[in-house]
Amino acid sequence: MSADTLIELSAVGKRLPVPGRGEVDVLRDINLRIRDGEIVAILGRSGCGKSTLLRIICGLTLATEGRVLYRGDRVRRPVPEISMVFQTFALFPWLSTLENVELGLEAQGMPAAERRRRAIGAIDLIGLDGFESAYPKELSGGMRQRVGFARALVVNPDILLMDEAFSALDVPTAETLRDDLLDLWLERRIPIRAILMVSHSIEEVLMLADRVVILDSNPGRVKMELPVPFRHPRDPESPTFRRMMERIYEAMTATTTGPRRASHIGYRLPSAGVAQMVGVLDEVDGGSGRRSGSLSELAEELQMEVDELFPILEALELLDFARVSGGEIQLTEHGVAFLDGDIQQRKVVFGRHLMRRIPLAGHIVRVLDSTPGSRVPESRFLEEIGAYLSDDEAERVLEVMIDWGRYAELFAYDYDSGVFSTENPGEEQEQTAVR
Amino acid sequence: MNDARYGTPGLLRPPNRWDFVVLPGLLGLLFLIAWGSHQMTQPYTLGQPLPISLAPSHLPDYALRTTLRMALALASSFLFTFSYATLAAKSRRAERVLIPLLDVLQSVPILGFLSITVAGFLRLFHGSLLGPEAAAVFAIFTSQAWNMAFSFYYSLKMLPKDLVQAADLFGLSPWKRFWKLEVPYAMPSLIWNTMMSVSGGWFFVVASEAITVSHHQVLLPGIGSYIALAIQQRDLTAIGWAILAMLVVILLYDQFAFRPLVAWADKFKVELSQAAEPPSSWFLDLLQRTRLLASVLAYAGGVRERLRGVRLLPRLPRVRLHRRRERRKRPRLRQRGGRWRAYAGLGLLAVTAVGSVLLFTHFVLSEASYGEIGWVFVLGFFTLVRVVVLIFLASLVWVPVGIWIGLRPRVAQRVQPVALVLSAFPANLLFPLAVVLILRFDLNPEIWLSPLMVLGTQWYILFNVIAGASSLSNDLRQAASNLGLRGRLLWKRVLLPAVFPAYLTGGLTASGGAWNASIVAEIVSWGHTTLTATGLGAYIAEETAKGDQRRVVLGIAVMSLYVILFNRLVWKRLYLFAQERMAAE
Repeated sequence: MSADTLIELSAVGKRLPVPGRGEVDVLRDINLRIRDGEIVAILGRSGCGKSTLLRIICGLTLATEGRVLYRGDRVRRPVPEISMVFQTFALFPWLSTLENVELGLEAQGMPAAERRRRAIGAIDLIGLDGFESAYPKELSGGMRQRVGFARALVVNPDILLMDEAFSALDVPTAETLRDDLLDLWLERRIPIRAILMVSHSIEEVLMLADRVVILDSNPGRVKMELPVPFRHPRDPESPTFRRMMERIYEAMTATTTGPRRASHIGYRLPSAGVAQMVGVLDEVDGGSGRRSGSLSELAEELQMEVDELFPILEALELLDFARVSGGEIQLTEHGVAFLDGDIQQRKVVFGRHLMRRIPLAGHIVRVLDSTPGSRVPESRFLEEIGAYLSDDEAERVLEVMIDWGRYAELFAYDYDSGVFSTENPGEEQEQTAVR
Repeated sequence: MNDARYGTPGLLRPPNRWDFVVLPGLLGLLFLIAWGSHQMTQPYTLGQPLPISLAPSHLPDYALRTTLRMALALASSFLFTFSYATLAAKSRRAERVLIPLLDVLQSVPILGFLSITVAGFLRLFHGSLLGPEAAAVFAIFTSQAWNMAFSFYYSLKMLPKDLVQAADLFGLSPWKRFWKLEVPYAMPSLIWNTMMSVSGGWFFVVASEAITVSHHQVLLPGIGSYIALAIQQRDLTAIGWAILAMLVVILLYDQFAFRPLVAWADKFKVELSQAAEPPSSWFLDLLQRTRLLASVLAYAGGVRERLRGVRLLPRLPRVRLHRRRERRKRPRLRQRGGRWRAYAGLGLLAVTAVGSVLLFTHFVLSEASYGEIGWVFVLGFFTLVRVVVLIFLASLVWVPVGIWIGLRPRVAQRVQPVALVLSAFPANLLFPLAVVLILRFDLNPEIWLSPLMVLGTQWYILFNVIAGASSLSNDLRQAASNLGLRGRLLWKRVLLPAVFPAYLTGGLTASGGAWNASIVAEIVSWGHTTLTATGLGAYIAEETAKGDQRRVVLGIAVMSLYVILFNRLVWKRLYLFAQERMAAE
C-alpha cells in the first residue's frame, strides 16, 4: 500500500440478517482508496448503501466481508482521526454551541482550559463567533450545520466524512457553507488530509470533488470511477462543467442488461407517484410532442436531484412508458398514449401496463380473484414479498403497489384492517344509505 | 372495472369467519353488563353485612363487579371531560376559574374524596346499595376525570388554525364541529390519557370497595372486598387467588381495551410522517376484519343518514355563533365595560376564596386546636420525606435500567407492555404479603411500610424513561460514538439529558401516586395486627375509620397543600427547565 493512501477498502461487503429468511445484501465487493489531499464523492441512487459505506469507513458499523484499513490499521471501532458531519446535524439539543463543539475534546480527556481555547478557535474559524452560548434550537439550519462542522474539525481529524451534509439546507445557504468549507480546504487552514462525501446532488459533487465514485444499487457496488479534471474555482455554467454533468448522468443510467424489467413479485418497486410520472412525461413532451430529452436538462427544469428523479425514471421504465439510457430519456408509444389520454383513459392504460409489466400487481389480482369473498389480508403479500426483501423494504414496496393499484382501480385496500379486496368502498356506502 | 368484482353490499353479505369469533363475544358482554348492573341496585342499609365469600369460584363474579364500577366511572369521566374542558376552552371567563380549579382538584388525594363523599352518597341513596356503589364510582371518577379533562382542554387549545378555518368555511355547526373536528383531533392524546388513568384507577377501585364509615365496614362485592376479608381472616391462599384474578382482569383489559383503542386512535394523529412503529393490536385487527359487524355499523350509519331530515334540536347553536361574532366586531367602548365586568368577576372570586378559607378554618377549629393543626403539618412532613426518599431510590434503580432497555429496541418492545401491565396492577393487593414479611422478620414499620407507597407507581418512571431513551435519534447516538464518548461522559452529556424530560413526566406521576398511596400504605393490617407508620396518610385513614369528618377534611387539605407546593416548587420548575433546554425543537 502506497504511503499516501489514507483509507483502503478491499472487497468490503455488508449483509444484514433478515429474521427467518437469511440475509439481504446491502453492499458487495467495494474496493476504494482515499489518498492524501483529495476530495472523493460517492454518488448513487437512494438505497444504494452510500450512508452505510460511510459508517463502515469510520467504524460506526462493521463490514461483514472484506477489510477497511486506515493508515494500514484495521478499522474495528470509531476512529478519533475520522470525523463525520451528519445530514441531520446531530447536535445535542441540551448543549450550547460551545459545549457541543467541546464534546469530542472532552471525550479525549483534554483539560477544560485547553479544550475551551481550541473550541473557541474552531468556532471562530467556521464563522460562528457570537453564537457560542446559543442552543441549537436558536440557530438557523445553516448555523446548525456550522456547529456540526466545528465539532467535527475541532478534534483535528485526518479525514472528514460528510453524509449529505448540505442536503437539509436551502440552496443559497448550502452554497455559502460549501464555498466557505472549500476556502478553508484550499487555503490549508484546516489540517484535514482528505474529505469523503456522500451526496445526491451532481452539481454539488462536481463543485467540490476531485474524484467521483458512482455506486450501483441492489446490492451497492462500485459501477464507475470518474476523475474531475477541473481546477478551483469552478463555474457551474461553463460548457465543460455541463458536459461533465451529462457524462455523470450517462454513467448513472448506463445499462448493460437492456431495458429495466420487474422480474418477479419481490422486485423493489421505486417510490414514485403517478402524478410525478405524468409530470416527467409532460416535461419531456413539452407540449410539442417531443419524444426524448437529456436527463441533466430535465433535472434542472424540474429542479430535482438524483434521488428524487431516478425513482420516477425507473418507474416509467418498468411500466414501459419510457426508456432511459446514456443520459437520455425516450418516451415509448405507450408513454405517449398514457400522457395524451384523459383522466379515465390514463387509468385504463396504467392498469393494463401494471398487469402486464409488474408481476406483483398481476399476482395480487389473481389471488383476489381466486379467493372466495375476494378479501385477502396484507400479511399474506408481505410474507411473499418478504422472501426477497427486508421487512421495512417489503412494506414500502407494498405501499407503492397499493398506491398504483388504487389509481388504476385494480383493487381496493382498507387501511384500518389492512385487507385487500375487489370492493369499491364508496359504492358500497351509497347503496347501504339508499336502502 | 367489471361489476362482478364487487361483493354484495350491506347486510345481505354472508358473515365471514371473523364474525363467528366476535359476535358471541359481543353478546356475552351485553349479558354480563345487564346482570352486573342488576346486582348493583339491590336494597341495602348501613350496618347490614354483605355476604362476601372467600371461595375462589366467586372471584369471576367479583372481578366483573369491580370492572363494571370502573366502566361506569369511565363513562362519567368522559361526560365530565367533554363538558368541562369544552367550556374552559371556549369561554375565556370560565377558563380563568375552571383551569386553576382543575389544577387544585388534581392535587387532592383521591381516597380523600372517598372519605368525604361516602356519607353524602349513603344519605342520597338511602336504603339502596347504590349509595356505597356511587361513592366508590365517584372515587374512581376523581382518579380519571381531571387528567382527561386537562388533556382534552390542551388539545382544543392547540387546534391547528387551518383546520378551524376550514370548519368555518364549510359552516359546520358547533355540534358538528365538536364531533368532526375537535374530538377526533383530541383523540390520540385523550385516549392515551384515559388509558393511563384507567391503569391508575384499578388501585382506587380496589381501595374503595372496602370502606369503613363511622365504624361500619361496607364491603362491596368485588376483588377489593375479597382481599379485605382475606386480610381479616389471615388467608394467604385467598390473597393469592385475588392477585391471580386481578392479573387476569388487567391482562384482559390490556388486550381488549387499552391496545385496540391506542392502535385505533393512531389514525387521528395529525402528522405528515408516519411513526416508525405504529401501535398495533390483534384484537382491533379482528374487529376490523369482521364483515357482519362492519355491515351492522354501516346499516346504522344509513339509518342515521335517513333520519337527518328530522330535526331533533332547534337550530339555536348556530344563531349563537353569529351573535358572538358580531359582539367581537363592536367598538372598543364596549370592551371597556367587559373589562370592568372582568374586574368584578375577579373581586367576586377573591371574596369567595377568602370566605371559604374562613369557613374552613372555623369548621376545623371547632374540633381541632392550633396545636393539632401544627401536628398534622408535621405528619405531612414525615410523609413528604418518605415520598421524596422513595422516588429518589426508585429513580436510582429504574433510570439506568430504563435507559439500558430503551437503547435496545428489541428488548424495549418486549419490556414496555409488561411495564404497562405492572403499572396497572393495583399494588394494594400485594400489601398483605409485605405485612407478613414485616411481621415475620420483625422489621420497623416506620421504615419498611414506606416502600409500599411506590410499589405501584415506580413503573411510571420505568416506562417513561424507556420511551425517552428509545426516542433518542440514531444520528445523535452515532455522533456520540463518532466523537468517542464512552462511560461516565456518555451518561452525563448524552443519555441522562436525553431522558430527563421523559423522566420528569414519570417522576411527577409516580410522586402523585405515592401521595395517594400513603393513605392505604402507612396503615396496614393482617388479621387483628395493625402496623402504622407515622404520617399524614395514616392520620387520614384513622380519622376516616372513626368517621371524624372535620379531621379528615383537615388532613386532606394539608395533604393537598403539600402536593400543590411540591409540584409547583419542584416538578413544575424542573419541567419548565427541561422544556426550554432539553426539548429538541
